[in-house]
Amino acid sequence: MSERTLFDKVWDLHTVGILPGGQTQLFIGLHLIHEVTSPQAFAMLRERNLKVLFPERTVATVDHIVPTEIQARPFVDELAEQMIQALEDNCKEQGIRFYNIGCGNQGIVHVIAPEQGFTQPGMTIACGDSHTSTHGAFGAIAFGIGTTQVRDVLASQTLCLSKLKVRRIEVNGALKPGVFAKDVILHIIRTLGVKAGVGFAYEFAGTTFEAMIMEERMTICNMAIEGGARCGYINPDQVTFDYLKGRDFAPTSEQWDAAVAWWKTIASDSDAVYDDTVVFDAAQIAPTVTWGITPGQGIAVDESVPTVETMSIDERPIAEEAYLYMDLKPGQPLIGTKVDVCFIGSCTNGRLSDLREAAKFAEGRHVAPGVKAFVVPGSERVKLAAEAEGLHEIFLAAGFEWREAGCSMCLAMNPDKLVGRQLSASSSNRNFKGRQGSSSGRTLLMSPAMVVAAAVKGEVADVREFLV
Amino acid sequence: MSSITNIAGQGIPLIGNDIDTDRIIPARFLRCITFDGLGEYVFADDRNGSHSFDNPAFAGANILVVNRNFGCGSSREHAPQAIARWGIKAIIGESFAEIFIGNCAAIGLPCLTANTEAVEALQNRLLRNPATQISVDIESLDIHYDDIVVHGNLDHGPRQTFLTGTWDACGQLLAQKSAIQATAAKLPYLQFG
Ligand code: SF4
Repeated sequence: MSERTLFDKVWDLHTVGILPGGQTQLFIGLHLIHEVTSPQAFAMLRERNLKVLFPERTVATVDHIVPTEIQARPFVDELAEQMIQALEDNCKEQGIRFYNIGCGNQGIVHVIAPEQGFTQPGMTIACGDSHTSTHGAFGAIAFGIGTTQVRDVLASQTLCLSKLKVRRIEVNGALKPGVFAKDVILHIIRTLGVKAGVGFAYEFAGTTFEAMIMEERMTICNMAIEGGARCGYINPDQVTFDYLKGRDFAPTSEQWDAAVAWWKTIASDSDAVYDDTVVFDAAQIAPTVTWGITPGQGIAVDESVPTVETMSIDERPIAEEAYLYMDLKPGQPLIGTKVDVCFIGSCTNGRLSDLREAAKFAEGRHVAPGVKAFVVPGSERVKLAAEAEGLHEIFLAAGFEWREAGCSMCLAMNPDKLVGRQLSASSSNRNFKGRQGSSSGRTLLMSPAMVVAAAVKGEVADVREFLV
Repeated sequence: MSSITNIAGQGIPLIGNDIDTDRIIPARFLRCITFDGLGEYVFADDRNGSHSFDNPAFAGANILVVNRNFGCGSSREHAPQAIARWGIKAIIGESFAEIFIGNCAAIGLPCLTANTEAVEALQNRLLRNPATQISVDIESLDIHYDDIVVHGNLDHGPRQTFLTGTWDACGQLLAQKSAIQATAAKLPYLQFG
């Protein structure tokens, strides 16, 4: 049992009590909602004649279904229109703050909450979306929930939960050129597996994470869930405080010192006890790409697709399934594999620093003929900030499309979809079969810089070749 | 709310590890504002005729038997809702993804784990004889079929909620309103801003 970790401290602080079944009733400090997993929850509230208990602790936006090209209302897709209308009505009825398209603050829920300063250290944060783990980058306990639990939070601002164990994942040292936060997390998942985190919260610690900016830390925590961990976090430090200072909903200047002082106390103690610890060396991490149908099926880009002999018995059936689905042969190199679509965006890699990094590699180059490449900013603010720096012009000149904010082709509940067996190089977080909108479409996960390299070459490429 | 103490009926095997929620209910079916009608789309992209859920021999089954890491991926409750609305009342598997098992518990769908051998043996039995009757006892956690008894696992918390009929947490949570307010009052960050 862990002790004196951030997880323990935040958990204890938010414990309302122990329920008759032995589970904890946990107070949720910030509840984020969006159009996909909330309408049924509001319907359940209405059925029971309940009101939202703390409407000011819920923040809503629309992200999954929004078209990223033509956003005129009503949406062409009638079902999507119904969903956005349901959210508009529900928020209005219950007095919930809602960032709708065009308001200047709309975007992917995991992008907008941090950028406006809603996400803060020491909070418990829940959202009906598994990538809620993203917010752990601030030293919050943040996790995804289902719709019935969304109802519970709306009704009571609490959840019935069992405490997780804590695994400390330490990465130390400097990353090599061409290696990014995305590669670090893909490497961790590849090594530990997609199930290792079940029952655990992941604490990401060590000098590699300490050296990262907040947006990189968000990329790391975002994918904790892909390693099976419902939440992942990084202890708050000066980088966290500097990021938050001055944001719309961050503590005001009178409160600031008290806030920082408190945030410092909730970080894991130096003698904290963990249920498990794993250590990595940053220098060993290469640009990493997935070749299969789970985020754990990753390799260094210059490695070849693994053969079953190199795998544990457990991993073999899903590998066999992956060779077939991906149309890749064991032992073949991944470099040189032709790509059809290149997607930069999502709550993993759709922030300003991601777009800056991608633009560096796109500048002065051009997307290969026959490749469809597009960039989707994670929020309206990201889009505006990128345009202020002229990033859109770099992308457009390089042959990328420049879109409006949304989830886009991360899960393709909107018009952005793969077609048929198209292979996509994607900066998103899931490569499950059919994830990107075609039931036979294929996805290779990689960093935004690697997506640019793939777009320029028209095939999987090693971004380190582009470093001069 | 009713307690869940025993689930008996016909089993349906679904072979494979890491079956994620995008397989259970593809994202395009998430474009909806109610869960009604999701049952018919469960496993939509896998149902090519040879899938268990297409097999008439398993029509009417209510106990799903799966392998490892079932329900990984997104937090969409549409996945357990689709399974439940198809008619499944309990799931037996080698292991489940965390959010999925929580979502199932919240809608009164128990997920029991058992070891690989036992799960595979049960799946094989169902493939050979789809009419095999299974009985799952939530109190003892014993799973009976033919003359075989397998001991299953289910966390104490959710098990209690099934047995006492309190698996729908909302009422219990709301019963603590003053404790909720007291917790909120001591959270430093609710005073910032
Ligand atoms: S970008 Fe993708 S992973 Fe993130 S919230 Fe949207 S759909 Fe989910």
